[in-house]
Amino acid sequence: MANTAVADPDSGLTRAQLAQRYGLRVAGERPPLAEYARRLWAYRHFMTAYSRAKVASSLSNTQLGQLWQVLTPLTNAAVYYLIFGVILSQHRSVSNFIAYLCTGVFIFMFTQTAVQNGTSAITGNLGLIRALQFPRAALPITVTLVQLQQLLMSMIVLAAIVLFTGEPITFRWLLIAPMLLLQTIFNVGLTMVMARLGSKVTDLKQVMPFVMRTWLYASGVLYPVSLFREHLPNWAASVLEWNPPLVFIELARYSLLDSHQANLVSSPLRLWALGLFWAVVMGIGGFVYFWRGEEEYGRG
Amino acid sequence: MADLTQPAGSAAVTDSGRVPTVVVDDVHVIYRIHKGATGGTTPVSALKRIVSRTTAPTIREVHAVKGVSFTAYEGEAIGLIGSNGSGKSTLLRAIAGLLPPARGAVYTQGQPSLLGVNAALLNDLSGERNVVLGCLAMGMPPEEVKRLAPEIIEFSGINERGDFASLPMRTYSSGMGARLRFAISSAKKHDVLLIDEALATGDRKFRARSEQRVRELRDSAGTVFLVSHSIGSIRDTCERTIWLESGVLKMDGPTQEVCDAYENQK
Repeated sequence: MANTAVADPDSGLTRAQLAQRYGLRVAGERPPLAEYARRLWAYRHFMTAYSRAKVASSLSNTQLGQLWQVLTPLTNAAVYYLIFGVILSQHRSVSNFIAYLCTGVFIFMFTQTAVQNGTSAITGNLGLIRALQFPRAALPITVTLVQLQQLLMSMIVLAAIVLFTGEPITFRWLLIAPMLLLQTIFNVGLTMVMARLGSKVTDLKQVMPFVMRTWLYASGVLYPVSLFREHLPNWAASVLEWNPPLVFIELARYSLLDSHQANLVSSPLRLWALGLFWAVVMGIGGFVYFWRGEEEYGRG
Repeated sequence: MADLTQPAGSAAVTDSGRVPTVVVDDVHVIYRIHKGATGGTTPVSALKRIVSRTTAPTIREVHAVKGVSFTAYEGEAIGLIGSNGSGKSTLLRAIAGLLPPARGAVYTQGQPSLLGVNAALLNDLSGERNVVLGCLAMGMPPEEVKRLAPEIIEFSGINERGDFASLPMRTYSSGMGARLRFAISSAKKHDVLLIDEALATGDRKFRARSEQRVRELRDSAGTVFLVSHSIGSIRDTCERTIWLESGVLKMDGPTQEVCDAYENQK
């Protein structure tokens, strides 16, 4: 194989030089970050179409079909209410516990499902990845878009629950939109982190349910957030105030629940600052982290 | 190895006036296969394996492509032949940028598209929706997708026996699925199109149509690679053929010569 480096007997160039001369690129090369983002933007139609298709197909073999989009959050809220509102009913300190609980459950589920499905965003789409070359970040974003569509359905259910339990409609309700935007950006970043981890560490899928359960308890979903200050050492309570799902849940409660205004875990301004902080850090950090692994997805 | 590669690089690659689209430079591809928990199927043996740190036997290396080099030019259709497990599909994956070469490099013009029989689309969705998604995934703008979708379904011929386009893809026969996939991938003009056994599954009529489509793609200044065990379809569509055996390039030249040598060897 002595002369394999010479590609063209006429020109005497090596193959690498020949490739360079005609502007050929190394196959499967990872583009620079800005170029990657630009390509990803070009795939926006694919992402929306794919997420809509996934929502449509996810419940296609159930009898009740898309009705489950409403029934699932309702059932979830009912179960938690039965346990924490009726059987253990100890939270007299929260004036409107049902609305308080449902807000927490729905907002937390948005992040929870994004994380869980993000873990399999790469491993569950290997067929697509091995067949076509596209910015792989489209897959975790699609996962988040699917969750977002389901969340919007839950939000309608939530609005009904909140109104039904006697909360007034205020102008603060409008704040739910920017809050969900922040959480969506946070979720996209987190999903990308989980997608890259999940593509490497295949055991992660087995561990995630326990991680998410722990996170649920740390996010003040099922009990009054005031319990943190009452029962935990001061430093631990301060750390927990930074917990991103807790921040987003409290922002949602701040927007929707008039009865909760006095009991927020920290001041609204601080909550918004923390929410913005997490969205920016996780959004950008997750994207960069995912991009750095671009060449590895779908191999092996 | 030198004697094996001697016939390579003759007639087909001497024309230096043409523009190269794929340059494969001494590529080695090594698969690392995780065999999973083969160290026994009980939790105890799995634990033993972790404690004693004998992870080695679960990962096996397969040296699938061993130092292959060639240059493909614009407007060429190249057949890849060789017995099962000779590294043809692996080589295509490396060209598509989906498997990293352990050594050497693959340079390509634009993004090569790999079209294989197992390129899965969404099985729960209808054929129509798969067409739209597939086209978008190839980076087509939505207006073009809308315009091309009926043509694609028409070309695939899945509607010849009733309205199958609106049924979920899991209800398709393997031939129909492969035809639809081929129709989708070939709807776009690719700089480099890699076809892996995709034409073999169709019936005779579809095969004739798809061979016609391959010729069209090639004429529109693309390069087409075709892996097939059907020497007939290679002879019909390709003018140059590369013969791989055990991961080594055994012969590279005009289809006539290479296919004759391949068939005589058997």
